[in-house]
Amino acid sequence: MKHPETQDHTSAPAAFSGGFAGWMEQRLPIFSAFRKEYVDFPMPRNLNWLWNFGAILVVVLLLMLATGTFLAMNYTPTSAEAFFSTEAIDRQLSGGWLLRGMHVTGASLFLAALYIHLFRGLYYGSYKAPRELLWLSGLVLLVMVMGTAFAGYVLPWGQMSYWGADVMTKAVGAIPVVGSALEHVLTGGDHLGDVFLHRVFVLHFIMAFLVVGVVGLHVACVHITKSGNPLGREPKGPQDTLPFHPYYTSKDLIGLIVFAMVFSALLFFWPGLLTEPANYAPADPLHTPADIEPEWYFLPFYGLLQSVPSKFGGLLAAASAILVLFALPWLDQSPVRSARFRPACRLGLAGLVMAFILLAAVGKHHATGEWMLIGRLAGLYYFGFFLVLLPLVSRREKAQLQAASPTTSEGDA
Amino acid sequence: MTHPTDPTTAPGQDESTVPGRRDFLGMVTTAGTVTGLAACAIPFVESLKPQDSAAAHQPVEVDLSKLAPGQQMTTVWQGKPVFILRRTPEELARLQNAALNETLRDAQSEALQQPPYARNWHRSVVPEYGVYVGICTHLGCVPAYMPPTPAPDQTGFYACPCHGSHFDLAGRVLKGAPAPYNLPVPPYVMPTPTTLRLGENPKGETFDFSTIEQI
Repeated sequence: MKHPETQDHTSAPAAFSGGFAGWMEQRLPIFSAFRKEYVDFPMPRNLNWLWNFGAILVVVLLLMLATGTFLAMNYTPTSAEAFFSTEAIDRQLSGGWLLRGMHVTGASLFLAALYIHLFRGLYYGSYKAPRELLWLSGLVLLVMVMGTAFAGYVLPWGQMSYWGADVMTKAVGAIPVVGSALEHVLTGGDHLGDVFLHRVFVLHFIMAFLVVGVVGLHVACVHITKSGNPLGREPKGPQDTLPFHPYYTSKDLIGLIVFAMVFSALLFFWPGLLTEPANYAPADPLHTPADIEPEWYFLPFYGLLQSVPSKFGGLLAAASAILVLFALPWLDQSPVRSARFRPACRLGLAGLVMAFILLAAVGKHHATGEWMLIGRLAGLYYFGFFLVLLPLVSRREKAQLQAASPTTSEGDA
Repeated sequence: MTHPTDPTTAPGQDESTVPGRRDFLGMVTTAGTVTGLAACAIPFVESLKPQDSAAAHQPVEVDLSKLAPGQQMTTVWQGKPVFILRRTPEELARLQNAALNETLRDAQSEALQQPPYARNWHRSVVPEYGVYVGICTHLGCVPAYMPPTPAPDQTGFYACPCHGSHFDLAGRVLKGAPAPYNLPVPPYVMPTPTTLRLGENPKGETFDFSTIEQI
């Protein structure tokens, strides 16, 4: 296939020398910046399907903003009206069922895509130098998105919303010293009511737009350091890269189409998989539903929370499960990026995924009896992987590399 | 989509005039994307449609048993204030006074501001009760009911607080006022002598309130 560089427009800045584009170019060079970052941008030519999720996440985020804005026009954040305004969106507002369906499905699949994106980073060592800030900004996004998702789940003010919020605020209250004051500020009163719901609504809205801002930082980072790749070796020159357009625009498009098919299948055919029937009953502060569990994307952390026999300890474990990821660039000192060339690490990562899924199962089944044991073992393995296994393996790999070729061990491996 | 003419190829050559396969694929992709985006916009645009809730169109039943002669009550129908006035026999006599009618802009109710069954001297179904949508036809303020004063020959009227329009007790606008039309009369029936149902026409009558001249 011929490279499409030799078309009517040359990629030189001279393309924007005349007319409106030229006028703009002298004042605000957005056209040439766009060409540089999204048309000619060099991408490694060996990216696999796991690199599709960045684009997918951006598109789902835009969909969430669009549907969210339209839903907010029809939602009333008061404890008396929230549930019924949500039902009215589903039943009376023209197209409302579809808007809310997209927002609900989008929330679940956003987290799903985010977890895959995160795993991609873990597996191919995307957190290593020079991409530490890329990794950290991504983790900040993960925390923000989790907060936004939780706030969003409270808004319909169904039974699950209410009792989820109840558990969450009580958990905050378990923090020593400042806990009860913090809980009081969060609930905005002595019970979960109008003030709390209004705060959560504003928080949900603000967080969504802050996420967009941090996504901007995250994308800026990737445009400075360039994309990683499955081999973990930086491209040696133009022979190892392809321009972003049309090669990766079309690949991203294919990924988006497949994702849209999964999205539509869940939205139109299996909406029950992503929604909780108990949340279609209005919030009742006098009656707790029998089986109270968070959305699936919080289950691993909920499992961890339950596996620790202390209230604050559980909270600490759940929070640490994310916090430990922030230290990852410094815990893993191996110069080898991709797990393809790290057999021990690959095995350990498979165990990590297993532990994560097991913790989710524990969260679903409540940590009692054998589930308690499974939860503790999985939790131990989760932290053991990051704090013991990975540092040890990376030290051994470093030593082996140094023994093999002492001169090149510090460069790209 | 026009293909830019390449000056190095001779005019009339196929490559420069016939769009290539790549252009065609580009156009198909663009058309597909635009169609898809347009389809995705449907629920968003749909949700902006004004909502005419069915509940707002239900007839409103009003109990008149506690309304004494000379009294006026205000109720709400389709989000609008509706005045219900119980007129005394003296007031009814005054409505038929030809001399007083000279001071009215539209004494015969010629403008379509009431259902056909209320186009009479008392502008109502039953002479005793006057029913008006209490929105001034000038700029939409709610006129105030001024009850009759004790002095002889004084009658009650409606006075708009915004720009001083006056209406008589049949809701007819007085000359010299800025309001151009009489107060609208909503569709209603009286199933019993002391109940009134707003938003429903008497049997055999059809009247659509949205066809009136002006609220």
